[in-house]
Amino acid sequence: MSSLRILVGVKRVVDSAVKVRVNSAQTAVETGNVKHSMNPFDEIAIEEAVRLREKHGQDVIKEIVALSCGPAKAQETLRTALAMGADRAIHVKTDAELEPLSVAKLFSKVVGEEKPDLVILGKQAIDDDNQTGQMLAGLLKWPQATFASKVDIKDRVLEVVREVDGGLETVSSPLPAIVTTDLRLNEPRYASLPNIMKAKKKPLKVVSPEDLGVEIRSRLQTLKVTEPAKRQGGKLVGSVDELLDKLRNEAKVL
Amino acid sequence: MFASIRSRCLPARQLASTARAAASCARTVFPASRLGCRASYHKPARSEAFKRLTKDDLAYFKAIMPSETVLATAQVGGTADAIELEGFNADWLNKYRGDSQLVLRPKTTEQVSQILQYCNTHRIAVVPQGGNTGLVGGSVPVHDEVVLSLRNMSKIRSYDELSGILVCDAGCVLEELGNYVGERGHIMPLDLGAKGSCHIGGNVAANAGGIRFLRYGSLHGSVLGLEVVLADGTVLDNLSTLRKDNTGYDLKQLFIGSEGTLGVVTGVSVATPQKPSAVNVAVLGVPTYECVQRAFKLARKRCGEVLSAYEFWDANCMGAVLRHHELKSPLGAEFPFYVLIETSGSNKEHDDEKLGALLEELMEEGIAEDGALAQDDSQIARMWSMREGIPESLGKTGPTYKYDVSIPIPVLYDIVGDIARRLETAGLYKPGDATRPVKLVCGYGHIGDGNLHLNVVAERFEDRVTEIFEPYVYEWVASHRGSISAEHGVGLMKRDYLRYSKSPEMIAYMKRVKDLFDPNHILNPYKVV
Repeated sequence: MSSLRILVGVKRVVDSAVKVRVNSAQTAVETGNVKHSMNPFDEIAIEEAVRLREKHGQDVIKEIVALSCGPAKAQETLRTALAMGADRAIHVKTDAELEPLSVAKLFSKVVGEEKPDLVILGKQAIDDDNQTGQMLAGLLKWPQATFASKVDIKDRVLEVVREVDGGLETVSSPLPAIVTTDLRLNEPRYASLPNIMKAKKKPLKVVSPEDLGVEIRSRLQTLKVTEPAKRQGGKLVGSVDELLDKLRNEAKVL
Repeated sequence: MFASIRSRCLPARQLASTARAAASCARTVFPASRLGCRASYHKPARSEAFKRLTKDDLAYFKAIMPSETVLATAQVGGTADAIELEGFNADWLNKYRGDSQLVLRPKTTEQVSQILQYCNTHRIAVVPQGGNTGLVGGSVPVHDEVVLSLRNMSKIRSYDELSGILVCDAGCVLEELGNYVGERGHIMPLDLGAKGSCHIGGNVAANAGGIRFLRYGSLHGSVLGLEVVLADGTVLDNLSTLRKDNTGYDLKQLFIGSEGTLGVVTGVSVATPQKPSAVNVAVLGVPTYECVQRAFKLARKRCGEVLSAYEFWDANCMGAVLRHHELKSPLGAEFPFYVLIETSGSNKEHDDEKLGALLEELMEEGIAEDGALAQDDSQIARMWSMREGIPESLGKTGPTYKYDVSIPIPVLYDIVGDIARRLETAGLYKPGDATRPVKLVCGYGHIGDGNLHLNVVAERFEDRVTEIFEPYVYEWVASHRGSISAEHGVGLMKRDYLRYSKSPEMIAYMKRVKDLFDPNHILNPYKVV
């Protein structure tokens, strides 16, 4: 099997443990002074790339490249990816609002330059929707295996087990291809101190959307962002009769 | 839509973040049958000065408080099954057990006052109880004392957004208070593994320490006022919200750490610090105890103003936690010691840079051999669950002897080795030999506070094992001018050993204080002094 290059997408998002709030202008989720971390599905994507290399060896997986699009702080997320095992990083630096299609276009240009054999993305960003992987596959006209719960490569053939409504589906495809990760694919490792130190010295290239020849354009307009309706608190009833009464007259289910 | 997307990706992370809560909750449902044995501890004889409960007593209590707040067995004229009182009679270690037939769960300070007034008049012994997560047998009855549970008093009375001063009932669960002030940008000044069950009133009565002690200090500093009901029913309303108040003797300090022997805490006023916006956690693998100390010194030097916790544990603790929680070690190999460093500040870049420099220095100097830095909040939660999950993991391994001592830091860990050797010499313990009565000897604790938890996991609680530690541990601690109870209190467990940490003159004055507040000694008898 000739040597492969894996490109992994990572996004800086509001930490999944943070309770998100809508900003006072109701235009977006509040992100100021809120903890940000790597999108959990992207952590899984990096982990999977590193595991594939640990399994098949450096000769087979020659390089893992992490890619992130966004503002300057996206570089923190790229450093985490480097500390987890990526070899180098590319930062498409922009302060513009990025919709999935724009991200997919930026990725497709980077794919054109880097010529990876496999692109691994999270199945979704927890602060947005799950379309980037699919759009990228469409732009590149590459096969895609989404929601992967198991990934392997055998003789340049990709084998993926996906989580579908009815259970598990096993698909295979030639490379190059696109994989998006689901939760159960793996448990990401911690970034070790020696690797964090090494990551500081790994190359990180910064490019702009203009360099890649992509014009960032918003196709969607956000009218208003609101929080979901508050759940009504439960009630304690004093007796079976009261329960029956409430089921009949309040819930009207009897 | 947004919320649903987030929740879909949460399960794995929730597992991690709830591990701490689960660890503490599990305490209250510790299965007695699993351990299959009763503790071996010295149980003082019942004092005949105390009245045995009658139907008339029960009738009185039922007259002053709602019937659902009175739990009485047939023996005293009630209808409750003994099993319903089990959780009030036994501690979570299943080491101490009383035989109370009556549990009262008042809803107001007024009811507490009426109960105590009656009990004082009739010489009925009372054990005040919070979340019952204590470790020295202080929160359960010894014989047939009435259990006075504060769990129905769990309202927040007031909260000042500007000063962060919280006033609440004693029965509020620590974690719920943490959530409440957390939503308002503050944190509780104390945090401990039992936070999901323990009550703030119990924390105050026990003068609980925990993992934020290094940064925010003792409850003697952060508690601003207390409402206490004395043995005769007098309500001492000292629920001050003043940070400064030098008018006469500071009586509330006497109740902080009194373990329910001087009065019943019913309300607490506490200053809550600002919630740090940037928190970092790293776990290190360290080759020797000497390096644990060197790392601590360096951490204070490099990160002093943002350092918020410095905890350590040994390889035996780590083994138990990883086995029990099915967690993955953040480090690639095993080490003799592990250190957890937490920084809390208001500027992430600043903290990142300082902690990063410290960690690099520790690695380069060889003080730490490996380490991991949490990259997000769920990793922070998982790293903390390794430290906080230790007591529960050891408990699941077997009955655990617990010694909570303050010792000067340089010799802090020596006692663990000494105890292991004593057990080996006695033929009771051999590392790796599961057939011996003692399975595990380990140490962990708050090194920044000079506080070690020496834990010994045995097959069962039995005299021949206990005799190895007591009074040896206390003598050892006394010889280094340490304290035989750093943060767990005295309770029943250490009453007879108080003299190892306090002089006869001091103990005599403690007894006079006791006589003053509770002349009939009805409050939490047989304990502390």
